[in-house]
Amino acid sequence: MKEITINPITRLEGHGNISIFLNDEGEVENAYLKIPELRGFEKFCEGRRAELMPLLTTRICGVCPVAHHFASVKALDAAFNVEPTSAAKKLRELMYEGYIIYDHTLHFYYLGGPDFVVGPDAPPEKRNILGVIEKAGLKVAGEVIKHRAYGQKITAILGGKATHPVCGLPGGISKALSEENRQEIEKMATSSVEFAKFSLKLFHDIVLGNSAYVDLIKSDAYTMKTYYMGLMDENNKVNFYDGKIRVVDPDGSEFLKFEPKDYLTHIGEHVEPWTYSKFPFLKKVGWKGLSDGADNGVYRVGPLGRLNAADGMATPLAQAEYEVMYKTLGRPVHGTLAFHWARLIELLYAAERAVELAKDPEITSTNIRNKPGEPGEGVGVVEAARGTLYHHYVLDKDALVKDVNLIVATTNNYPAICMSIRDAAKGLIHGGKVDQGVLNKVEMAFRAYDPCFACATHAAIGQMPLTVKVYDNQKNLLQTLQR
Amino acid sequence: MSENKLKIAFYWAASCGGCEIAVLDINEKILDVVQIADIVFWPVAMDVKYSDVKAMPDQYIDITFFNGSIRNSEQEEMAKLLRQKSKTLVAFGSCAHEGCVPGLANLHDSQEILDYVYTKEKSVVNPEGTIPQTETKVKEGILDIPEFYDTVKTLAQTVDVDYYLPGCPPPVKLIAEAVDAIAAGKLPPKGSVLAPLKAVCDECPRKRENKRINKIYRVHEKVPEPEKCLLEQGILCMGPATRSGCGAQCLQVDMPCTGCQGPGPNMPEIGAGMITALAAIFGYDEKDLSAEDVEKLMSQIVDPVGTFYMYSLPASILRRKVMKK
Repeated sequence: MKEITINPITRLEGHGNISIFLNDEGEVENAYLKIPELRGFEKFCEGRRAELMPLLTTRICGVCPVAHHFASVKALDAAFNVEPTSAAKKLRELMYEGYIIYDHTLHFYYLGGPDFVVGPDAPPEKRNILGVIEKAGLKVAGEVIKHRAYGQKITAILGGKATHPVCGLPGGISKALSEENRQEIEKMATSSVEFAKFSLKLFHDIVLGNSAYVDLIKSDAYTMKTYYMGLMDENNKVNFYDGKIRVVDPDGSEFLKFEPKDYLTHIGEHVEPWTYSKFPFLKKVGWKGLSDGADNGVYRVGPLGRLNAADGMATPLAQAEYEVMYKTLGRPVHGTLAFHWARLIELLYAAERAVELAKDPEITSTNIRNKPGEPGEGVGVVEAARGTLYHHYVLDKDALVKDVNLIVATTNNYPAICMSIRDAAKGLIHGGKVDQGVLNKVEMAFRAYDPCFACATHAAIGQMPLTVKVYDNQKNLLQTLQR
Repeated sequence: MSENKLKIAFYWAASCGGCEIAVLDINEKILDVVQIADIVFWPVAMDVKYSDVKAMPDQYIDITFFNGSIRNSEQEEMAKLLRQKSKTLVAFGSCAHEGCVPGLANLHDSQEILDYVYTKEKSVVNPEGTIPQTETKVKEGILDIPEFYDTVKTLAQTVDVDYYLPGCPPPVKLIAEAVDAIAAGKLPPKGSVLAPLKAVCDECPRKRENKRINKIYRVHEKVPEPEKCLLEQGILCMGPATRSGCGAQCLQVDMPCTGCQGPGPNMPEIGAGMITALAAIFGYDEKDLSAEDVEKLMSQIVDPVGTFYMYSLPASILRRKVMKK
């Protein structure tokens, strides 16, 4: 048997490392995505001061620190048995929308978008942000840089720092919003609505206007029928900051709806010895290995997971686009590449919602803190850009952390990402032939998820370096492909 | 590639990605960087391979910015290789500088962490007690993953480091100033921390009244008065012991400094520096305090290790918890 190793050097929480095994006929027998790194936050947060958790856990991810910050703060709200003031909730949500604007822009233009905008068959040196600029124009580049920075600026105004913000406290937020800053945020958010509309138009023109791309989205190699999960408001509309967790089955029917605090009843994590990441699954269905379908508890989160799990979007422009997507692709959408479209719909929602919040008369209220109660146990859940994020703490009587459980956004998708890579490899590698085109397409299968262990800034100029080594059954190196 | 341009490399080891985002956050300043330098190695952004770095002559790279701490063999190997290939090596950000938050793992050994994460965490369903192994035999062949080390190390504990850019992540202003200093060929003496020779308090806009305190509050226990020094209101703030350059950003939103920029100038140790600062604000020099009084005052600080060394345990005099095995 031959082994192919794809070693993406990019990483966040440890870089992914793919091993593909070929049988004697050169067909793919199996593929494994290994996560080679662990840091152990759950253990070393033990004994820390509870109020530091929103700072400690942001260091899990420097790309989505806002998600960890607020999952953590919400876990503390629950653990200290305190409801934040209405203004504090709105300020947290406003900052959250700023983060989504920044993060979804980063992914679409720097990471995943190049696959479509420049084209899946374009040479690797073109499939990056520079290629996007070339195709879409220099003016677009300016807008991309500006709006990514706007998202960061909104976070910095409210959070103190954009990367690793500090404003969250149990029962509220540390600082009120001044009228001057409110106006600035409203301006940036309004501009972001136009930018999101423009981004969707770009997607329509370049991607949906090309039937070959639409066929690719719908193709078998990128289709997987799984459960989908997301946080929903009381009308089952997508909400990043708060609500109940809803799960739909592969037919799109509601399967579960539960309060964040009840997550342990519904989600378990399986362990395999060959990777440092765990494999979350729905307990009610059970873990049956890496396979799709209604009889295995594998589920997907993130933009497509949320949209599939929802009945719609809470803002008018995003709702209209949501309807277009489902009219075009059917419901639920099982095509992994549709994550990109869903992400842009969410970018529009986040910008629209940020404008609503910035205009809310209560947003400059100084009533931003309620007094925490006695320390206990709490669960906090938010929708990180990459999916549902769970923080669960048990505090002792001195409000020191006794016990921590985390299920991080990308981890939820890990089983599905493993399967997507395997399926893409099986669909594309035949007779032992591996070439650049195969690398592109395998890469696309997991880049759609915007996975945390491969995102960050592979990014800055946009290309993820890959090495594929083909070994024979004596482990002799037969072929090395690099780019 | 231009002959007279500087050759710059970026690399990351065990880190969260925030340092890469900080580089992106310099926005249009990146154009200045491209003016003065060719980026010869940046795995996140460019198609240059490890083997290409290995093939470079020694000291081929003018400056390498290295972020992340060292916790497995691959990272150690890259740190050594880039040291050999670089004239100047900069520890970029708190992880490379001091070990940062993930360095708190030094309060445990690897076995304790593996046991907890894979067998004890509440959501784990693992009746067979499976724990990741460096080598696993599956039916198609052998799968290997790197060993999870017991101890997190800083870059300087691994190789010789020339400069340090502090912060979690380094403030954009400090990155920009470092770029300007490099462009002008005006780097300070080797070993320098590339940040102002001041403490966070010196940049903090809040007013100090030289008050003494005898009660410590945690941030969630007290709403601070605006514009007044947090420490003088009893809220534990690491500002006096922490290096400036961040613009006291956390203080701008009424939250205390937690020390991410590392120890202040002339202060080798942030914990010792903070204990000194606390002794002063408790009035140790002025009042006739007994050893018992001092102990009572200081014991208000719960979790001193996590508080004083939140970003710097591996670099501190404590370094790690004594290993049981």
